[in-house]
Amino acid sequence: MSGTKLLDLNPIKLEEMTDRYEAHDYYLMDEFLTDEQKLMRDSLRTWLKKDVSPIIEDYFERAEFPHQIVKGLGDHGCFGPYIPTEYGGAGVDQITYGLLMQELERVDSGIRSTSSVQSSLVMYPIYKFGTEEHRKKYLPKLATGEMIGCFGLTEPDHGSNPGGMVTNFKDMGDHYLLNGAKMWISNAPFADVAVVWAKDESGRVHGLIVDRGMEGFSTPEMHGKHSLRASATGELIFDNVKVPKENLMPGKSGLGAPLMCLDSARYGIAWGAIGAALDCYDSALRYAKERTQFDKPLAAFQLTQKKLAEMITEITKAQMLTFRLGQLRNEGRATSAQISMAKRNNVDMAINIAREARQIHGAMGITGEYPCMRHMANLESVITYEGTHDIHLLITGMDVTGISAFK
Amino acid sequence: MKILVGISKAPDTTTKIKFTDNNTKFDEAGVQYIVNPYDEWYALVRALELKEAGGGSVTIVTVGGADVEPIMRKALAVGADDAVRIDAEPIDAFFVAEQIAAYAKDNGYDMVLFGKETIDYNGGQVGGMVAQLLDLPYVSNASKMDVNGNTATIERDIQGGIEVLEVNTPFVLSAAKGMAEQRIPNMRGIMAARTKKLDVVPAAAAEALTEVKSYALPPEKGAVKLIDPENVEELVELLHKEAKVI
Repeated sequence: MSGTKLLDLNPIKLEEMTDRYEAHDYYLMDEFLTDEQKLMRDSLRTWLKKDVSPIIEDYFERAEFPHQIVKGLGDHGCFGPYIPTEYGGAGVDQITYGLLMQELERVDSGIRSTSSVQSSLVMYPIYKFGTEEHRKKYLPKLATGEMIGCFGLTEPDHGSNPGGMVTNFKDMGDHYLLNGAKMWISNAPFADVAVVWAKDESGRVHGLIVDRGMEGFSTPEMHGKHSLRASATGELIFDNVKVPKENLMPGKSGLGAPLMCLDSARYGIAWGAIGAALDCYDSALRYAKERTQFDKPLAAFQLTQKKLAEMITEITKAQMLTFRLGQLRNEGRATSAQISMAKRNNVDMAINIAREARQIHGAMGITGEYPCMRHMANLESVITYEGTHDIHLLITGMDVTGISAFK
Repeated sequence: MKILVGISKAPDTTTKIKFTDNNTKFDEAGVQYIVNPYDEWYALVRALELKEAGGGSVTIVTVGGADVEPIMRKALAVGADDAVRIDAEPIDAFFVAEQIAAYAKDNGYDMVLFGKETIDYNGGQVGGMVAQLLDLPYVSNASKMDVNGNTATIERDIQGGIEVLEVNTPFVLSAAKGMAEQRIPNMRGIMAARTKKLDVVPAAAAEALTEVKSYALPPEKGAVKLIDPENVEELVELLHKEAKVI
C-alpha cells in the first residue's frame, strides 16, 4: 500500500465526493408553496446536483465561468422567470423567482449572480422600460441564454453614489455619442448586450441598450478576484460609441429606473443568501455528526450544538422574512426599504453562518472538499454589491426616521 | 405507438420509516412522495423516446386518491401527453392490476409499461397480473427495448449474462435499470403540464386478495467493533460466535 493511498481512506472525504445536500425547512415553510413551485425548485435542484455542483469548485479555483451550463440555466427558467411567456419568460410569481435564486446560490453565488443580472438587471429593464421592438428583439434570446446581458451602473468613482456618474451621451442628430466607463460589471466579458445607464446633456439618467460589436465599445475582464471566481466580472468602456437613437429605453428616466432593477435583483439576493447559508449549515451538520473527536461526534459537544442551533434559527427567521417579502412583491406592495432590510439581514446571516460552518469543519473547512470557504469568499462580494451592508442599514435608518444620513 | 405507462407514488428515499395502528399501517405523516423511480426513469422515459422516434402517444395511469396528483403532474412535466387517475386507494397488487387492466382493456394500447418494482413495498407483481388479466405476453425486468414495426427486441439481465427475446405488440413489460436515462423536467415541461389532461375515472369492482398483518423495521445496525490486525484469532472467534457468519 502506498503512503498517499492512506489519505483516501478518510471516510468523510470519500462520502463527500458527491453532492449530498438536503434542504432544511424547520418551520415547514414548504406548506405555503404550491406543488408547481416545489416541482420547479426541486427540478432545478436535481439538475444542479447533476451538472453544476460537481464542477463548481474546479471552475471557482480556475476563476472561470462554466459556459456549458448556460443552456441548462435557460431550460430551468433561471433567466427572467417572471417575464411573461409571450416574451420567452416563464411568467411565474416572485416567490418562485426567489426559490430558483435560492437553489442557484446554494451551489454558488457566482452562478446566482449571472442569473440575477440576466433576469433583474437586463431582462427586467428591457421589459419594463424598453419598446415593444426591444422586447421582441432581446427577451426571447435572453430567456434561453442564447444571448447574455450585463448591466452598467457602477463606475470606478461612483459606487454607493450612482447619481454622481460621469458616463454620458450627446445627441448628434441621427445617433447618440456615448462616452465613459463602468466597473465591477458581472457577465461583462462575454455579454452580447449591455443595459447602460448614462446622463444626457441635461444630466438626466437614461437607459441605453449597447450591443457588442458597436465601435468604441470594449469589455476588458477584471482579474485577481478572491470572490465570485466562477463568475466573470469586467469593465465596460465607451470611447465615442455611436448608439442608434432607437436603443434608448423610453419607458422611464432618472435614477429611479435603475433603482427599480436593483430592487428586483436585491430581492433575488435575499433568497439566494438563504441558499448559501443552507448549504453551509447542511454540510456542517453532516460533518459534525460524522466526525469524531475524544471518542464522540463533534455534534455531541455543546459548543458545536450552539453553533448549529443558532444557524438553523437564523436561517428559519430569514426564510420567514423573505417569504413574506415575496408575498408583498407579488401584491406590488414591497417597498425598496423592505427589500433593503431583507438583503442586508440575509447576506449578513449567510456570511456569519459560512464562517461558523467553516469552523465546525476544522482544517478540512479551508479546502475545496467542502463548500463553506467558497461561500464565505463569495458572500464578501454579495455583502458589498447591490447596495453595501452599511448603505442598506442607512436606508432602514432613513425609512424609520425620515432623515437621510448619507445624502 | 400508443403506450400506457403505470406510475406509482413512493416515499422519498430520505423518509424516516415509521408504522402506526399496531404496526399494520405505514405512517404517512410528513412523508414526501416522489414518482417511483423505476416507473419514471425507465418505463416513462423509454416510452417518450419511442414516441419521439416513431410518433404515437404516452398516457400515464395511476391508482390513487387526489393526493397522488402532484406526482402525476411531474410525470406530465417529464413529457407524458395525458394522465388517468383511477379513483381508489391501492389496497394490494391484485386490486391495482384489476383497475389498470379494466382501464387498458378497451383502449388499444400497443404496450403497457411499468417499473420493475416500486421502491417502497418492492412487490413487482402488478405488471405480470395486468398481462394475465389482459391475456397479453409479459416481459419482466427488461433492461433494453428496441421496436421495429410490431416487433420489440428486448434484453433482460439474467444471472451471468443477457437474455434477448422478441415479442409482438401488444404486450406488457416491466423496466429495469439500463432501459433509459432519467430526465429532469425543465421549466417549459412544467408549464406545459399545467394544461395537460388529467382524467379521473371511477374504480372497477375488484377485491384485494391479500392483507397486511404487520410491518417490522430491520434491526438497528450495531456499533462497529475494531479488532487489532495482529489479533486474527479474536476476529475469527467473533465472526464465528457473535456474527455467526463462519
